[in-house]
Amino acid sequence: MNYHWNWAIFWEPSPEGWGSYADMLMSGLYWTLATSIAAWIMALVLGVIVGVLRTMPYRIPAAFAYAYVELFRNIPLLVQMFLWFFVMPELVPEDFGRWLKQMPNAPFYTAVISLGFFTSARVAEQVRAGVDALPRGQRMAGTALGLTLTQVYRYVLMPMVFRIILPPLTSEFLNCIKNSSVALTIGLMELTARARSMQEFSFQVFEAFTAATLLYVAINLVVTFGMRWLEKSVAVPGYIGSSRT
Amino acid sequence: MFADFDFDVIVRSLPYLFFHGMAFTLTLTGLSLAGSLVLGTLVALMQLSSIRALSLLAMGYVNLMRALPLVLIIFWFYFLLPWIGQWVTGASRPIQVGAFTSALVTFTLFEAAYFAEIMRAGIQSIPKGQIAASQALGMTYWQTMGHVVLPQAFRAMIPLILTQTIILFQDTSLVYVLSIPDFLGAASKVAQRDGRLVEMYLFAAAVYFIISFAASTYVRHLQMRIAVVR
Amino acid sequence: MKRSLIAAAMGLALVAAPAGAEELTGTLKKIKELGTITIGHRDSSIPFSYYDDRQQVIGYAMDLCYRIVDAVRDELKLPDLKVVLNPVTSATRIPLMANGTIDLECGSTTNNLERQKQVGFTITHFVTANRFVSKKANNLKTLDDLKGKTIVSTSGTANIKQINQINAERNLGMTILAAKDHAEGFLMMETDRAAAFVMDDILLYGLAANSKAPNDYVISADALSVEPYGIMLRRDDPQFKAVVDKAMINTYTSGAIEPIYKKWFLAPIPPRGVNLNLPMSEAFAKVVANPTDSGDPAAYK
Repeated sequence: MNYHWNWAIFWEPSPEGWGSYADMLMSGLYWTLATSIAAWIMALVLGVIVGVLRTMPYRIPAAFAYAYVELFRNIPLLVQMFLWFFVMPELVPEDFGRWLKQMPNAPFYTAVISLGFFTSARVAEQVRAGVDALPRGQRMAGTALGLTLTQVYRYVLMPMVFRIILPPLTSEFLNCIKNSSVALTIGLMELTARARSMQEFSFQVFEAFTAATLLYVAINLVVTFGMRWLEKSVAVPGYIGSSRT
Repeated sequence: MFADFDFDVIVRSLPYLFFHGMAFTLTLTGLSLAGSLVLGTLVALMQLSSIRALSLLAMGYVNLMRALPLVLIIFWFYFLLPWIGQWVTGASRPIQVGAFTSALVTFTLFEAAYFAEIMRAGIQSIPKGQIAASQALGMTYWQTMGHVVLPQAFRAMIPLILTQTIILFQDTSLVYVLSIPDFLGAASKVAQRDGRLVEMYLFAAAVYFIISFAASTYVRHLQMRIAVVR
Repeated sequence: MKRSLIAAAMGLALVAAPAGAEELTGTLKKIKELGTITIGHRDSSIPFSYYDDRQQVIGYAMDLCYRIVDAVRDELKLPDLKVVLNPVTSATRIPLMANGTIDLECGSTTNNLERQKQVGFTITHFVTANRFVSKKANNLKTLDDLKGKTIVSTSGTANIKQINQINAERNLGMTILAAKDHAEGFLMMETDRAAAFVMDDILLYGLAANSKAPNDYVISADALSVEPYGIMLRRDDPQFKAVVDKAMINTYTSGAIEPIYKKWFLAPIPPRGVNLNLPMSEAFAKVVANPTDSGDPAAYK
């Protein structure tokens, strides 16, 4: 194997003029986290709204929510990113399109928007599944007490739904972090992109990818343990969530 | 903008898009589905095995694969596979691995981790009594699994497996990062060559949508049918 | 640096030794055993290695490579030697060469001393310079005009590395995007995602000439560097390199280079029948007269 191992490469200065290759990877980590957290917040807000709409006893909101979920779920994320990045600015009025394109950090905003919509469809599905999983009696009891539909959702259904769907939401959040790497195709310099350019500049393929791999594993561990702690601390005695160790 | 929408560019490139691009995407999806189902089942059996080393190994594999972004894994394997091939076969030089083979191995190994999780849940849903009963009948481990547990587990898991397959179909578009001409790669090549991005990317999105939507609608019907039978 | 010089010297010493009837090693042995040779090609390095409208890989570097393949076929007496094509990008070509996926990389790869630590190069087949293309309407002439702007270059190239360094040294504050290939880089400039696309000028000519509106673009007069192109092969493989070098030198001294050069740079080329109209530069004419595989830009001045 004529591969020249060089683990000291991380401390060598990167050709970008500031810091070492390790700093380069760290800036990638920063963008990965910034993108996925921003997209996740967007996905949670939209996902909960759409998911709730889908379970509403009204036809039009439910149909809208159904179309929304199917649209964002059935197109590959990479294609959605291309649509937002390359196609959308061409379809809006020219001045607005030019403004969009020349925005600094355009890949970041585009990545957040596409990843946010893509993930929100998945969150919406989890929310719907969570509402469907609750005994019908809860909704009926709420209505019988004279609560409005909003109040039923706000005080009766959603507090339970959030607890039920915490585990699947954890894995959706992890997916969101992983999926942020797709944005390297539109020029976002996140962790995978940084590992790739480190490989290109230094030719140390395996060192660069090993470092990225370890960082992703570390993020996973932190998120998994954090969410487990959250699950435990909000668990309602007597429900499935509470018996988990 | 839609005024100068050029449908002709789509029509002209249809044969290339479908006979090369979509053929590549579907072959890749089909073969890696077959491979990852087999491998995923094996990994699931290892995870549930009473031999601790085996189950730890399988668990580590599944967790590692699920912790990493697919894009990173695609890069890893594209560069690493020839060395692995050399190590496995004991050859004197790295084994030559073509772009398609490399993508196939990558997706098989990656999806196997996801299928293993589905499979494990499926196997665990079978009542323990059935295994005890099979053992009482004198069946070996492989007979128990092959004739009693797996057929039932598969049936229960079909909707989940199909849903995961739709995700796999969409994920294959990521080979774009290696410049391998799958359906999206073919579309973007035409788009860049003819300066027709809007048309080609919208068309690609529509094709992916129609296929995935039709498939997931079918899965939902299937799910309901299975639910009724039970 | 020192190590690479020693390695280069050793490489030269080995090349000088006659590669006659002794036992086959390295790539030649592999080609003989498999009966195939794998060529790594690009998808939008016009006119070096790219897809035509029937999705066939063509180009100047491909023509040269097929001459090398012929030489290998004769050398190994393998009349039915099969050629396999494998697409590569700027980012994947070096790892794929090192891991044995491709045997020759025929495209537009800059031969420099840094890369020679990882891979080998045969005789230089073109000399170009690092420049940038932008829209005429934006009136961007020098690097200073790009201050604070978003620009793009292709990931994995010497160009993006260089523009990153210049950006830091001269404190230009540019945002530098990395495109997957040249077509994508040009596209980002074309769609105003980036103000300029930094790349080898010859590739910029090819991309601009083949774009929807060739007259909208202008290539900067400032050259950032000199870039000799070489066909890439594995490092430390003197036997294979000797055969490849011989084929290249033969192409130059026999005059076979003339029609090939004319075909790609002085005549209409697919897919649009554009004529690049670029007579052989002085620097490259010198290489043809005195073939060299040097990765030092100073050797081409």
